[in-house]
Amino acid sequence: MAYATTIEGTRFTFPDLKSLMAKATPARSGDQLAGLCAEGPVERLAAQIALADLPLKTFLEQELIPSEADEVSDLIARRHDAQAFAPVSSMTVGAFREWLLSPDADAPALTALSPGLTPEMVAAVSKICRLQDLVAVAAKRPVVTRFRSTIGLPGRLSTRNQPNHPTDSSEGILVSALDGLLMGSGDAVIGVNPATDSLPDYIRIVELLETLRLRLNVPTQHCCLGHVTVAIDAMARGAPVDLVFQSVAGSQKANAGFGVDLAVLREASDAARALGRCPQGGQVMYFETGQGSALSADAHWGVDQQTMEARAYAVAREFDPLLVNTVVGFIGPEYLYNGKQIIRAGLEDHFCGKLLGLPMGVDVCYTNHADADGEDMDALLTLLCAAGVNFVITVPGADDVMLNYQSLSHHDAVFARETLGRPPAPEFEAWLREVGVTDARGLLRGGAGELPGPFADASRLLPGRAA
Amino acid sequence: MSTPPSLRDLRALTQARIALGAHGAGLPTAASLAFGLDHARAREAVWTPLDAAAIRAALTEQGLDAVEVRSQAADRAEYLRRPDKGRALHPDCESVLDKAGTGFDLAIVIGDGLSATAVALNAVPTAAALAARAKRAGWSLAPVVVASQARVALGDPVGARLGARAVVMLIGERPGLSASDSLGCYITFAPEPGLPDSRRNCISNIRQDGLSIESATAQMEALLRAMIAQKLSGVGLRRDEAALPGA
Repeated sequence: MAYATTIEGTRFTFPDLKSLMAKATPARSGDQLAGLCAEGPVERLAAQIALADLPLKTFLEQELIPSEADEVSDLIARRHDAQAFAPVSSMTVGAFREWLLSPDADAPALTALSPGLTPEMVAAVSKICRLQDLVAVAAKRPVVTRFRSTIGLPGRLSTRNQPNHPTDSSEGILVSALDGLLMGSGDAVIGVNPATDSLPDYIRIVELLETLRLRLNVPTQHCCLGHVTVAIDAMARGAPVDLVFQSVAGSQKANAGFGVDLAVLREASDAARALGRCPQGGQVMYFETGQGSALSADAHWGVDQQTMEARAYAVAREFDPLLVNTVVGFIGPEYLYNGKQIIRAGLEDHFCGKLLGLPMGVDVCYTNHADADGEDMDALLTLLCAAGVNFVITVPGADDVMLNYQSLSHHDAVFARETLGRPPAPEFEAWLREVGVTDARGLLRGGAGELPGPFADASRLLPGRAA
Repeated sequence: MSTPPSLRDLRALTQARIALGAHGAGLPTAASLAFGLDHARAREAVWTPLDAAAIRAALTEQGLDAVEVRSQAADRAEYLRRPDKGRALHPDCESVLDKAGTGFDLAIVIGDGLSATAVALNAVPTAAALAARAKRAGWSLAPVVVASQARVALGDPVGARLGARAVVMLIGERPGLSASDSLGCYITFAPEPGLPDSRRNCISNIRQDGLSIESATAQMEALLRAMIAQKLSGVGLRRDEAALPGA
């Protein structure tokens, strides 16, 4: 079915729902690369006007990717809750935007609505939202998850402490993790991206992080971000696995490119839960996503990259995760060209994830070949804090020496706490005071690398420094 | 009682920017400016145009013939947005390669990639050292091709047009914050347009404080010998035969 709109006598037509969605998408290089984007700002507005008039329920009647050929589409269709959808079922996309912004859409209403929304619906409405809309709506939708810390409570910001090392050196990982803890980072997770993906290294890394956690009694959880199949093998060997990680995307073919499907994710989730490390009612899965991953795997089905990203959230939602984050600026300028595109994408991803009910975080980041810099990241962090993001990722001095890109620094977490008034998870906030990292007001003490008593003990984990 | 150690004492354990110190949430001024400088260097490496004429002159000085080509990416901005165009040879350049002759054992391509800095510092001495090894091995060498707005896979249509048995692409790697001058090397046996990455072998981090030119070109020679013996390159190449000669 074709869609059309007329602007001052010029008729713009869009042959199908996919092309309407793609052409209504705010400009970004990935859709240009795929040959899907609007030819210019006027055609884009024409598509947005036509999209605003589209009944929301159209997305239940027409699939962008057929269920018969794609298990993600099948999952979206199977899990749709018609009763939860009822309050907005007669709205157009444009009226849905207005309702989301209205006081009627409060936290209980948005929470009840989540199972009734599909990724395509939230992607569609995000395309006609400006940045302020994306912030305002997401800020009304808290999503709280728990393991040893409670993440996503309103008014708080958690952090992933990411102590990567180019060769996975135990000492290198440990001192980097300590650096982050001394700056107050790590209440969402202490999570290492391994340089190697071997089982012995995976086990060594989680054992190292477990020892650190126990020695310092940190109320947090840890994760080695190896492949899910390696995590399954490690759990079978009794490794102390808190969280199981996997990158996921919005189509079966793109997930196959990551070497996963829904069945293996279910197996991993069940195995992690069976370890009994997570308290009752808590969560054990950690997912990362990012706009462009489906296109780069040639698995996007002619669908725009932002809608494909929202579809990845349907995969994540199936497994009740503790943490989900988009790695927004990592994939490169052929997908998100500059700071403006990265900032918008970060806010879109957070908005879509939250509306679908995910505990959404963002890796606020960029590569050196993108037209972006640390100031763009300052802006995105500040906007995300206003939007109520669950967590961000921080590394020493904003420089990830393993993945060769720039994320936020541990200092940025201090900025969020002290200037934006976003303390960490309550358990971790109390711990920071107890061990002397922060003072009674929650402000960073000293900072210059002096190790408070409990940390001096942790440094004895280093070889040759045993007491 | 001993003094508690400072994290500063443990800096040697990682290249990560640990124990920077803090003033409120702020970095110390020197650390803040050092980060800015590292990023400026990285951006400069990405955005500086390749000085193809200078590279050509330096190759001539080393006794190597050279020709210039470009990809279908019109400028840096398009190059960054459209990797597909950076992999395709501009049609105007086909005649340049046709005039250079055909039927060589080896073609060397120098491409700007994502770091003109890496190319300016390391590409000519690497090409010269590899050419000297080719000469000793008795391999015929095509004129060195200097390619602007080039992605790795541009080496394949260039090598195919020259009728080369193998093509070596020397190309600027994506700059990191700590090193903007890394040269990468990608080798394809029996190059033709459209080959997947899995058909290439790679040597990376060629720079002053990384892999030395001597060691890198020794690895290239060993890879080329293995490819010629096995008549293939990429993931299928058995690396035991690619061991360093005499090692």
